[in-house]
Amino acid sequence: MSNLNPLMPLKVKTKQGLAQSLVRILVSSLVIIGSWQALVVGLEMPSFILPSPFEVFAKLIERHQVLLKHSWVTAQEIVLGLLLGLTIGLTFAIQMLLCKPIKRWVLPILIASQAIPVFAIAPILMLWLGYGIASKVVMAALIIFFPITTCCYDGLRNTPRGYLDLANTMGATKWQLLRHVQLPAALPAIASGIRVAVVIAPIGAVAGEWVGSSEGLGYLMLQANARMMIDEMFAALFILSALSITLYFGADKLLKKLIPWEV
Amino acid sequence: MFSSTAGLISQKNAVSISVTGGNLRYHNCLEATIAGLDMYIPAGLWTCILGRSGCGKSSLLRQLANLLGDTAQWTGEITTQPEGDSKHQIAYMAQEDLLMPWLSVLDNVMLSTQFGPQRPSQKTQLQFDKAHSLLKKVGLSNQSNSLPEQLSGGMRQRVALARTLMQDHPVVLMDEPFSALDAVTRYRLQNLACQLLQNKTVVLITHDPQEAIRLANQLYIMQGRPAFAKLLAIPDSGTPRPFNAECAQLQQTIMDCLEQDYE
Repeated sequence: MSNLNPLMPLKVKTKQGLAQSLVRILVSSLVIIGSWQALVVGLEMPSFILPSPFEVFAKLIERHQVLLKHSWVTAQEIVLGLLLGLTIGLTFAIQMLLCKPIKRWVLPILIASQAIPVFAIAPILMLWLGYGIASKVVMAALIIFFPITTCCYDGLRNTPRGYLDLANTMGATKWQLLRHVQLPAALPAIASGIRVAVVIAPIGAVAGEWVGSSEGLGYLMLQANARMMIDEMFAALFILSALSITLYFGADKLLKKLIPWEV
Repeated sequence: MFSSTAGLISQKNAVSISVTGGNLRYHNCLEATIAGLDMYIPAGLWTCILGRSGCGKSSLLRQLANLLGDTAQWTGEITTQPEGDSKHQIAYMAQEDLLMPWLSVLDNVMLSTQFGPQRPSQKTQLQFDKAHSLLKKVGLSNQSNSLPEQLSGGMRQRVALARTLMQDHPVVLMDEPFSALDAVTRYRLQNLACQLLQNKTVVLITHDPQEAIRLANQLYIMQGRPAFAKLLAIPDSGTPRPFNAECAQLQQTIMDCLEQDYE
């Protein structure tokens, strides 16, 4: 009844929307946890194959210090990887836009580079960059580099012709055109690239940790697996997904704030 | 006599353009779009160009604005009197308002101050004052901080008009800028443009005979395949012209002319 009132301030509507989405999240978590528990009880799963959600929760609390320490490492790897991948991707896209020969040479290499699975070169990265954080940052950056570059390039290339015409009649130089027209016009496309990147960057970081590391959630999972501590594995997995989800919604919110004209 | 007095009134600003033997052919097209086009665009007056869609009137305007690039081949002579760089003489207004969605109304009006080789790094107070006074003239002084998406179509086109005036160039090329508006909004915007663009050399492309009759000091019809320009006699009265019997007669003549092209 209240949403029929046209004078209702927008703020209230968004608050309502927030409450609704919170309810949705709560309901879907309950359903997932419920079916998980049902599976454990119904099939009489031994806890070293599938621990119940309550065991995992207990582990989360019991080992929270260790989990927190390793999460911090993985979070750093993801964020640094994102920043690195974004910078390189955007630079490549701008170079390809401004210089046609660069585009002709680089684009095939870029596509070919995607034919090599990132997982396959992980051991080489370990060899070159060591077991520390650097190799995982590079892994995360590598895995997001391609989607970021293509999204940025597509966005930069598809500036509406009218905008370019207008700026040209105003005597814009190449750089002014890029700075004041092409880059802002490409922001919505770049934003979708970032949204994809935020979701897949953790894959790179964790895969890097699996191949060789001494800390991080991936490392913790390997260790737990070796010692048959499946509940701890699940606890690490839970934190990892929570991290990704937070990152995604954080980035989404930030992007919406920065690009209010985005459709 | 008339043109010489017009020249005296605003000697500093007025620019006339003459086109002789214009031929234009798009590279992806076998036939020429324009052939043997002669046109004189007098200083400080409105020249309207009518024609069916696809007759090449927009192409001609784009050629005058130096926007055709290497998609088409143009031969023929275009001279401006007094001579000068088209970048400093010509302002361009398209059918779409082309407001940048990421800039406020005020920043959109001041867009041209961002471009050019010797652009100062900061917008000056003088430019701000000018932009504000122009927004006042188009009746949008209360909207200077709004984003374009918050405005109606008519308001957006008024912002575009203010942006064109901000450049203060002697020649204004208009490519059907009022065609997407409803009848009354269009009528009011025509009046406003007519009032604010006094003493400027205006070339208005349109497919609406009534619009041409209301606003033209001189009227060309583009006809035939490939197209050439034909000068049509028009009443000597001041613009915007109220619609009377003479205008109705003229509209009939124009319709007859245009209809030949559809056979």
